[in-house]
Amino acid sequence: MKTFVSLLVAVMMFMPSLSMAASDTLIWGRGGDSVVLDLAQATDGESIKAGIQVFENLVKFGDNSMDVEPQLAESWEISPDGLTWTFHLRKGVKFHDGTDFTAQAVYDSFARIIDKDHPFYGYGKWKYLSLSLKYVSNIEIIDDFTVSLTTEMPYAPLINNLALWLCPILSPKAMAEYKDQIGMHPVGTGPFKFVEWVKDDHITMVRNEDYWGGAPKLKKIVLKSIPETATRLMALQSGTIDIADDLDPDAITLVKKQKDLVVKENASVNVGYIAMNTSKPYLADPRIRQAINHAVDKNILIQTLFQGLAIPAKNPFAPSIWSYNDEIEPYAYDPAKAKELLKEAGFDFGREIELWAMPVSRAYMPDPVKTAELIQAYLSAVGVKVKIVRYDWGTYLSKTSNGEHDLCMLGWLGGNADPDNFLYGLLSADTAQTPGASNVAIWKNAEFTDLVKKAQKTFDKAKRTDLYKKAQVIAHDEAPWVPIAHTKVVRCFHNRVQDVPLRPNGLNSFEMVWKK
Amino acid sequence: MNSSVISRRIVQLILIMIGVSVVVFLMLRMIPGDPAQLLLGELASPEELAALRHDLGLDRSLLVQYTIFVKNMLAGDFGISMRTGTPVINEIIPRLAATVELSVAGMVIATVFGILAGILSAVYKNTVVDYTAMLSALVGVSMPVFWLGLMLIYVFAVHFQVMPMMGRMEMGTEMHAITGLVLVDALIHMDFAVFKDGLRHLVLPAVTLSTIPMAIIARITRSAMLEVMNQDYIRTARAKGMEESVVILRHALGNAFLPIITVLGINMGLLLGGAVLTETIFSWPGLGRYVVDSLMGRDYNAVQACILIFAVLMALINLGVDVMYAFLDPRIRVDGD
Repeated sequence: MKTFVSLLVAVMMFMPSLSMAASDTLIWGRGGDSVVLDLAQATDGESIKAGIQVFENLVKFGDNSMDVEPQLAESWEISPDGLTWTFHLRKGVKFHDGTDFTAQAVYDSFARIIDKDHPFYGYGKWKYLSLSLKYVSNIEIIDDFTVSLTTEMPYAPLINNLALWLCPILSPKAMAEYKDQIGMHPVGTGPFKFVEWVKDDHITMVRNEDYWGGAPKLKKIVLKSIPETATRLMALQSGTIDIADDLDPDAITLVKKQKDLVVKENASVNVGYIAMNTSKPYLADPRIRQAINHAVDKNILIQTLFQGLAIPAKNPFAPSIWSYNDEIEPYAYDPAKAKELLKEAGFDFGREIELWAMPVSRAYMPDPVKTAELIQAYLSAVGVKVKIVRYDWGTYLSKTSNGEHDLCMLGWLGGNADPDNFLYGLLSADTAQTPGASNVAIWKNAEFTDLVKKAQKTFDKAKRTDLYKKAQVIAHDEAPWVPIAHTKVVRCFHNRVQDVPLRPNGLNSFEMVWKK
Repeated sequence: MNSSVISRRIVQLILIMIGVSVVVFLMLRMIPGDPAQLLLGELASPEELAALRHDLGLDRSLLVQYTIFVKNMLAGDFGISMRTGTPVINEIIPRLAATVELSVAGMVIATVFGILAGILSAVYKNTVVDYTAMLSALVGVSMPVFWLGLMLIYVFAVHFQVMPMMGRMEMGTEMHAITGLVLVDALIHMDFAVFKDGLRHLVLPAVTLSTIPMAIIARITRSAMLEVMNQDYIRTARAKGMEESVVILRHALGNAFLPIITVLGINMGLLLGGAVLTETIFSWPGLGRYVVDSLMGRDYNAVQACILIFAVLMALINLGVDVMYAFLDPRIRVDGD
């Protein structure tokens, strides 16, 4: 009897019950869990990845581009003074809880973020206001399907902000019901309905049969947290999961070798850079900063540390964003010229300069420590002594925004993909005020700042493009940064998954995805 | 063990909790890194940072923060997670269940096979059996958990495809959680398919987790057994003509148990708090991973609550070990000291 039981147990345990996901269920493996599913409160990619399946905005980015397109707003117009935006809303749209989408929902979703007297204001912590509704001073319901936003000053980038995850439209009924727990119970109008969230394990969503754009093909999406890259890679290779996100360059190389797996790449909107603190006297001369640009061979950096999954950067933002100035000649790798410029500028070769290395890897900087070491070697080749300095991430961010560094590595994942976000946000004199500078080169150039502020108030895209192109020339000549690279966005998946979109910021709704 | 011992233990527990709470509270705030800055990332404006610090109560004095923390904790409120905005306790309970299930399973495997190996090598001292068992113990204690876990996944889940690769249940399984322990819940629901599935998911991570304690238990069992095997009463038992298995299991093992129980207690505590690697490799949604993530995000409330829970668990395990001593050794039962 005993033998029989143990035999039975043994057979039971090892009976292969290998589960291939059903053909209408997508298993999507990723490195971490979401933090909060009310996207107006989200600052991390894993939350956005899940939330944008559930929520929609007034406008959205293209499926494979960052051009703004209509979503819950069918059309919009801007008043002649550039202050009031009027949106005409889509009719017949329902939230997942069955309530109707109307102007009231837009009002409540936005007013809770900026109006301290709104009943939902206290239900969340509203992050990144400068990327959402910071400049909106008034929201007005004109009729059930028309709503207008008024800004404090003419602000052209607003339309990109509205397409960003930070401005989702939620069901007012759900916001009232769930209060400060709305982040655990997302209710939107999107192609998938939220079902379940087991923390650190998985999030399940099912298709919204009543979706206004037509029911999606997938019946179910399971977002599975698989923190260990090796496990995630094996899960993809063995077909246990359909998509594996956040694989490192080595793992991607392995995926490319397996026939039934696909690696899709797209240009990205991010930038990784070295900022040179122009407020330090020994880095104040533009010739010194140009010399440092000449001393670094970006192509070698990209081949070795980015495994080729990036393009070298010459401007503050990527070529996938409109108004990119392609006429600018990048600083060529030329150590001799670098030495010459340093001598000309009277650089003190006895001085040791600090290079601050990021303690965490980001999409725009996959291997920060080795990158720092390589740059240290390049600079010592032209006679500049470099000491690498490290801090934990939180301290790093607060000290760099305080201007305490000489050279520091940083980057930007792309924000709202408007040139303003890079040029004003990361390089204007307004954002170079310490403490709290996001322009960590502490570079205060009046001409540049005037151009980008003028562009904020210009609604004609051709004119804005001109202004941004001029601004990029100044940024190039004055060289507050060594722009390093724009890493590509990559998505690895099994070839049974079809029509996988890949937006340059890597964040897509999966309404058109299906499985063979 | 009389009641004065128990009450003394409870007083000790309270003192330990106060000590732990002070130390954790201060240490968290001494390590560099600002939770608000970590939450907001690269493009946080000073106003946003200040507003968030205020919301999180980080702009108040340490004494005020500590008082609030203790006051809330006494009311059973561990605060709100700074990262997710949900009550910390809601984040902890399901993860604690996952960790307990995994550690208990790992400990059962380690205990059964560790004691077995220890007895065998003591009985067959200096033979091939002894050498094999002790060499395996050496390998077990030296093998990196990380490597072992990945190899087990590769062999059993990828190559032979006989075991599931990760998680606690098949993806898409829906079961109403009562205790949070998959196996127990499955039995309550009388759902044997889920029970089998949960058991299969448990095997590889539990084996991975068990190797180190198993090796330690095996070595301790061996030396404890060798010590008692030379005692007079064992000779007496044999001389009375008792069967060898009874001599070994009852007379020898029974008396060798005290050091083994101590090691079991310590290792159980270690497993509960230190399963981070195993949980990461097998995508096991446990507390170890949660503490690390929370610490990286400087989620003070979450880390404080987890450490306090670990401290209580550790104290309870120690209490359990003491009770076991009393149960095993009548001499301890009488005087209590």
